[in-house]
Amino acid sequence: MGLLSDPNRRRALINLLTRLNAPICGMPVDWLVKTMQARGLEVFTQSFSRTLPFPDENKERYMVKGTNVYGILRAPRAPRTEALVLSASCSPGDENNQAVGLLLGLAQYFRNQIYFAKDLIFLVNEHDLIGMQAWLEGYHHTNTTGMDWTPLHGRGGSIQAALSLELNSHVVTSLDLVLEGLNGQLPNLDLANLFYAFCQKLSVLCTIEGKLQRNDWDSVSGYSQAVQTMMLMVMKQASGRPWGDHGLFLRYHIEAATIKGINSFRQDKTDATTIGRLLEGMYRKLNNLLERLHQSYFFYLMPSLSNFVSIGYYMPAFGLLAVILLLRALDLWVQLVTPPPRNEERVNDIAQSCPGVLSILIPLVISHLTGVALYMLPVRFQEMAVEHFPVSETEAVVLTAIAVYTAGLALPHNTHRYSSEGTEQGWRVLKLVAVLYLAVLLGCTALINFSLGFILALTLVPVAAFVTPHVPKVLSAFALVFLSPACTLLFSVFFYQELQEMPVSFQDGWILYLSVISQGILDHYLYGSLVYPLIALLVYPCWLLFWNILFWK
Amino acid sequence: HTAGCFITDNVGQFFSSGHTNNWAVLVCTSRFWFNYRHVANTLSVYRSVKRLGIPDSHIVLMLADDMACNHRNPKPATVFSHKNMELNVYGDDVEVDYRGYEVTVENFLRVLTGRLPPSTPRSKRLLSDDRSNILIYLTGHGGNGFLKFQDSEEISNVELADAFEQMWQKRRYNELLFIIDTCQGASMYERFYSPNLMALASSQVGEDSLSHQPDVGIGVHLMDRYTFYLLEFLEDIHPASKTCMNDLFKVCPKSQCVSTPGHRTDLFLRDPGSVLVTDFFGSVRKVEITMDSINLTSVVSHRKEEPAANGELQKEVYSYSDQLPVSEIIHQKPKQRDWHPPDGFILGLWTLILLVFFQTYGIKHLKHIF
Repeated sequence: MGLLSDPNRRRALINLLTRLNAPICGMPVDWLVKTMQARGLEVFTQSFSRTLPFPDENKERYMVKGTNVYGILRAPRAPRTEALVLSASCSPGDENNQAVGLLLGLAQYFRNQIYFAKDLIFLVNEHDLIGMQAWLEGYHHTNTTGMDWTPLHGRGGSIQAALSLELNSHVVTSLDLVLEGLNGQLPNLDLANLFYAFCQKLSVLCTIEGKLQRNDWDSVSGYSQAVQTMMLMVMKQASGRPWGDHGLFLRYHIEAATIKGINSFRQDKTDATTIGRLLEGMYRKLNNLLERLHQSYFFYLMPSLSNFVSIGYYMPAFGLLAVILLLRALDLWVQLVTPPPRNEERVNDIAQSCPGVLSILIPLVISHLTGVALYMLPVRFQEMAVEHFPVSETEAVVLTAIAVYTAGLALPHNTHRYSSEGTEQGWRVLKLVAVLYLAVLLGCTALINFSLGFILALTLVPVAAFVTPHVPKVLSAFALVFLSPACTLLFSVFFYQELQEMPVSFQDGWILYLSVISQGILDHYLYGSLVYPLIALLVYPCWLLFWNILFWK
Repeated sequence: HTAGCFITDNVGQFFSSGHTNNWAVLVCTSRFWFNYRHVANTLSVYRSVKRLGIPDSHIVLMLADDMACNHRNPKPATVFSHKNMELNVYGDDVEVDYRGYEVTVENFLRVLTGRLPPSTPRSKRLLSDDRSNILIYLTGHGGNGFLKFQDSEEISNVELADAFEQMWQKRRYNELLFIIDTCQGASMYERFYSPNLMALASSQVGEDSLSHQPDVGIGVHLMDRYTFYLLEFLEDIHPASKTCMNDLFKVCPKSQCVSTPGHRTDLFLRDPGSVLVTDFFGSVRKVEITMDSINLTSVVSHRKEEPAANGELQKEVYSYSDQLPVSEIIHQKPKQRDWHPPDGFILGLWTLILLVFFQTYGIKHLKHIF
């Protein structure tokens, strides 16, 4: 009464998997089309091409061209208004071949059932995220990232939910659930609960962030594992990258998750049949839904698969940090409004407070111009950089970014040439503006991507609150630089590696840091991730304002 | 001749229950595929009631969703009440009167009270009279004091009690048995105050009614526990059985149901021990075949003789009130409106004017008035 209880089907699936284990160059488009048609699906293809702004050294690609193949299994009795997607990415080489084989086996099994009320779309995408982005844009008739793709000839109605499979090794001992998507968006918690419920029912080992479930959460070691898992999730969410193919679905309000098979060299191995039964159960449950998943939380953090922290618990923590800024703003406002105690100098003070507008406007404008430079120069001038320095394009982009960032540190010395001499009032007004600006910025960021907002708040709020021209300069300069976004990113890279239990040396860490910056810039150009523009155009200028205040004359 | 005497003596027992016809109103209030069990509950009671003799013309069946022809049903055109698909309660001759979105609180109350538009067909009406015994069965999702209809509205226990009181005043029932299978079902009969009502519920306030068994092939729970054991109990009842209500109260004890079923009989005039289950669940026609002729003159009392004996007694004439007095509405004259003191708005306006006056001219002018 379930998948593969029939020995013929089991043999067919094993044949399929053995066939796919042989290395195949590129994507076997014709073979996939033929196989899917043989299983009774309506098969369509989509070709796409994209030239990256600069070569991607992690995945070694620059000019990408590919084809997506997808087959639609129509619901036998229902109107074609809703659809579910099962996807597996196919890359050159034999990565993920197990997943494609399992996908085809499931397609064959589902074809014989009559209880599906939604269309099932089996998608095999090439070049993982780029292919997925092309398919989704084609399906929803949007073009946000400037990719070239052929229009889709077959559609299945509005997509209710999607699952993406990554089975990278031939032997799977546990299944990992990946939830974090583009810009830190998460699917509905019910999808994670569904996965966990089926894992327990079929006695499959399941993990989140690579950490197993335990039954002693109250002990010290249990608590520390929970904290580690949650911090891993915070870091992944803050990076704003899609951590699986599912990450791009979330933008279209489609609940999606990625299931990864992990080989941790255990005694008990999970076979393809059990994973197939797990997916069959999940799809039957998703088929029973009459509405999109909306009953559970969309904003949460998971210390384990069986526990979660909802937004109602973690937002007050951020709120308290934001209140610090508001209190400091109130304090500055009161200081500005109360007249000074001496009477004779009142005339001078009034005269000096008026030109304050220019002395505030200039640092603001110059900081934002630097931010714009940080956003645009690295990619624009990579060819020029490559001509003059013996570096590759990727390194040129990253090093230009770091150079512009560091050059901003020299600004206060230069801006003061253009403004009139600063006054006691002047830096207060500038700080008031900067503090309010930071509060609004962090508030908006935390609403969209809580982890990013929280990490930025943790590092920026203390310095923003206490920096004035009168604190000891050298110490505060160091503190300000150490807590600036770039250094926060550097420390996060090391911390992330520690949490993954793969600590790196300083050299490797630095190279990893450079690749993280390049990936961040690429994510922005390829998928529309907002972390890089946010940091370059808004957070960095705000930080520069505080740097200006520190060096106010 | 002795047979005739025996029958004459027993004629009094013939009409002991006082009802001449039976009606049933069976309602399932929830939709969506995973509420399959509520539809199966209602159809099981429908099946029992039909088997025991109540015809379709006397049953009002309201199902909020179509499970048999749902796209997700792996066995189309069937609704099973037992795992391993032993019993298909949908069958060949199910007659659903209110289906899908027609099952609303308004329609339910209109059916009960009889306030339906003239265009409503007979199959959608509860045409009961003062000699009807009515069985009302409700199932779905409920809470403390309410029952949820269709995921969008609720009926409260107060509304239900008032509807039954309307039915009593309009002489629409002789006796009424109310069964409810929801969470906290006992709260729905707490507010009843009309006579001749007996109520049964699957769980007390604060308890949940649990579902019975899931079926792996169909993928949902098939029945609720209380109705499952009720169906088992009713399968043993045949039209001539003498099982009484006290046995019905014992259906599904806590060991089987996990929740505690409750019942209420204080408004009922007869003793529950003498009430047969078939008085409500079946439509029993008492037939005694005899070759002798019987004089019924001793049983039927002549009411007409009484006013002659006592001139002060007035004869009460009952007639149905005119639901829609068309002639009166058409020829209505506009009513004369009585004068009434000005309402709050005008009072407020005057107060404002006075305040402004005294604000401008000072408070000392007040002493000229008082």
